[in-house]
Amino acid sequence: MSEHDCGCSKNPYLPEVATVLEVITESPTIKSFRVRFDNEDAWNSFTFQPGQVGQLSVFGVGESTFVINTPPSCRDYIQFSVMRAGEVTTAIHKLQAGDKVGVRAPLGNHFPYEQWKGKNIVFVGGGIGMAPIRTIMLHVMEHASEYGKLSLLYGARSPEDMAYKADLPGWLESDVLHTTLTIDREAPNWPHRVGMIPNVLKELAPSPDNTIAVLCGPPIMIKFTLAAFREMGFKDENIITTLERRMKCGIGICGRCNLGGKYVCLDGPVFSQAQLNELPPEM
Amino acid sequence: MSSLLFATPKDLTSWLAKLASDHRVLAPRQEGPSVVYRPRTAEQLASDDIDALLRRATASPKQAMLPQCETLMTFKSVKDAEDPSKLTTTLENPCVAEPTVLFGCRPCDARGFVVLDRPYLEGKFKDPYYGARREATVIVTQACPSAFSSCFCNWVGSHPSDKEGSDILFTAVEGGFVLEVVTEKGQALLEGADFADASDRAADVEAVHEAAAATLPSPSTLTDVPAKVAARFTDIAFWEKETVKCLSCGACTYLCPTCQCFTITDEGSQLDGRRLRSWDSCMTPLFTLETSGHNPRPTKAERMRNRISHKFSFYPERYDGFFSCVGCGRCVVSCPVSLDIRHMVKAAVEGVVLDAGKSGEPAEVPASEKAEEKAPVEEVKAPAEVAVPEAPTAVPTEPVEAVPAESVEAAAAEVVPVEPVEAAASAAAPAQATPASRTQKSAGRTTSRSSSKSKAKKR
Repeated sequence: MSEHDCGCSKNPYLPEVATVLEVITESPTIKSFRVRFDNEDAWNSFTFQPGQVGQLSVFGVGESTFVINTPPSCRDYIQFSVMRAGEVTTAIHKLQAGDKVGVRAPLGNHFPYEQWKGKNIVFVGGGIGMAPIRTIMLHVMEHASEYGKLSLLYGARSPEDMAYKADLPGWLESDVLHTTLTIDREAPNWPHRVGMIPNVLKELAPSPDNTIAVLCGPPIMIKFTLAAFREMGFKDENIITTLERRMKCGIGICGRCNLGGKYVCLDGPVFSQAQLNELPPEM
Repeated sequence: MSSLLFATPKDLTSWLAKLASDHRVLAPRQEGPSVVYRPRTAEQLASDDIDALLRRATASPKQAMLPQCETLMTFKSVKDAEDPSKLTTTLENPCVAEPTVLFGCRPCDARGFVVLDRPYLEGKFKDPYYGARREATVIVTQACPSAFSSCFCNWVGSHPSDKEGSDILFTAVEGGFVLEVVTEKGQALLEGADFADASDRAADVEAVHEAAAATLPSPSTLTDVPAKVAARFTDIAFWEKETVKCLSCGACTYLCPTCQCFTITDEGSQLDGRRLRSWDSCMTPLFTLETSGHNPRPTKAERMRNRISHKFSFYPERYDGFFSCVGCGRCVVSCPVSLDIRHMVKAAVEGVVLDAGKSGEPAEVPASEKAEEKAPVEEVKAPAEVAVPEAPTAVPTEPVEAVPAESVEAAAAEVVPVEPVEAAASAAAPAQATPASRTQKSAGRTTSRSSSKSKAKKR
């Protein structure tokens, strides 16, 4: 055997070993994990854009893809919010502060916020779909003067299913963000809206003029919220969403997450509805 | 670069034996009913019969660059002696490649690596494992002496003496072989080889190449394939009809020189283990199954649609019009239910066109649909009667993550003989199956019009 110049140093399959700094229980099924690379040099040179994803792994169990939901300005840790669903996410949910994980990041594209300067932005997050909204929304809020009116509609099934509870008071009181929270059904002591996201959105009736809509959530919510935005006159190129697919390599090779000729891991996860219209319908 | 050298069969095996002292030499070898690539030692090569090294392998040689299973990394966590709650985790990366000679692959196989290079090496991220092996491997290709009935390299822009992807191309001529140096890597491998100059044999070589090309059925005249295959995407009834017989066994993908899919899995404990990469197949239902239970490609119709579209539409869209198919025909030969990719592409493409230029003719698709309607019953039973010694047993209908090498080879082995498969195809065809019409049949397997329309190269 002889060594070859194979670019091992930039091996995209090798994760950074990272330590879990803090685990936040967001809801009965969602936990957030704040992690930081063990290698200081790797951490200091690490940068990402809002919307980019990472492969988070529990050694011996496997990897799964999650969006980094902290804004790039956060230099102390990156945060992943994980809904417990399968084998890897169950293992991740068992992690505690001090445990080691693997992180391959950043992967994928990002929200095209450079093109949104001077525009109003309506963020709509449903359930765990609030994770990708969180990173871009926090980033945009940090640069609020460069944008127009910012608003958020965040919906979950019930108050307890609502993630980022620590953030909510700040968002509700923010001067730069108009926040609307909604849950699917009436619940005791819930002071906010009740109703499905698409219906609440229609009541809020944001104007499509000079406005970008960013929506993330489960497929059924996307379907009806997309219809609501179109009904209100939003153009498909101004409706931005993120896609999810089963992924393995995260770098456009393993052949799993393609939608037509595009790989969600490489060319996505962020797409405008206009871009999606060009791709084969295989959702 | 284009120098010609002459080697007798003995010269060639001696050269390989010499190379084996400091290279891994992979060469085709008959094992049971299959021809497989195996590492050969100097001693073995010195006594190998050259004919045994010239057979076309049942499975493609892609495992030379992409082993069916390989370790991407190992991981180990050690507890701190003072504070056992503190862990130190170290990863090791076994990314090394030994100098390798890949001997005796065919031009389609060598071209297969060029197809794999684009996603593996030419994108934003480079695959270092594939890249290391690719760099360390010299490809010594045999120009095909003649075509198999399942061959269709001329459909996808190639021919039986294509040099693309090869470092050395050798051609069997009277008395031995003429080696043509294609790349510097090939030149370097020949340094120290005591072969005679063969500039005077250029005409002989050319004659062999032309004769080989003449044994191929006429190439397809399909045009605008990527766009037309893409246009077929939403016609799910078409894909359902085409895949009625499909077992989702994945043999086509494992044998294919250009299929690139893999999975990544962990093995061992959280404190000590490894991360593996294994071949995977887009034909299996689990491939895209999400944790939620949602599956974007839940049925074999969607999976075949994706496979054909990837090769003939998505890939060409992404990479300057190149197909992700080299026309080797292994999927045709080894499909346990005799599905034929040529037929599917042709039907997908020709059914879409409302071709103004040929408006007088009836559309192709109804004809092929007719053929398809009556074909399945006869073809499924035909191999059992005519060809396959025993009914296929090793083909799992619902394979899990990765099918072990043995069972893929076994699956291939059972259906490997080309002749019987042909016989099966012709048995399913209308009575007048002469050898000539048989070739056409397997090429188009739609109607006799497939031959009259097939004239010029596609690309």
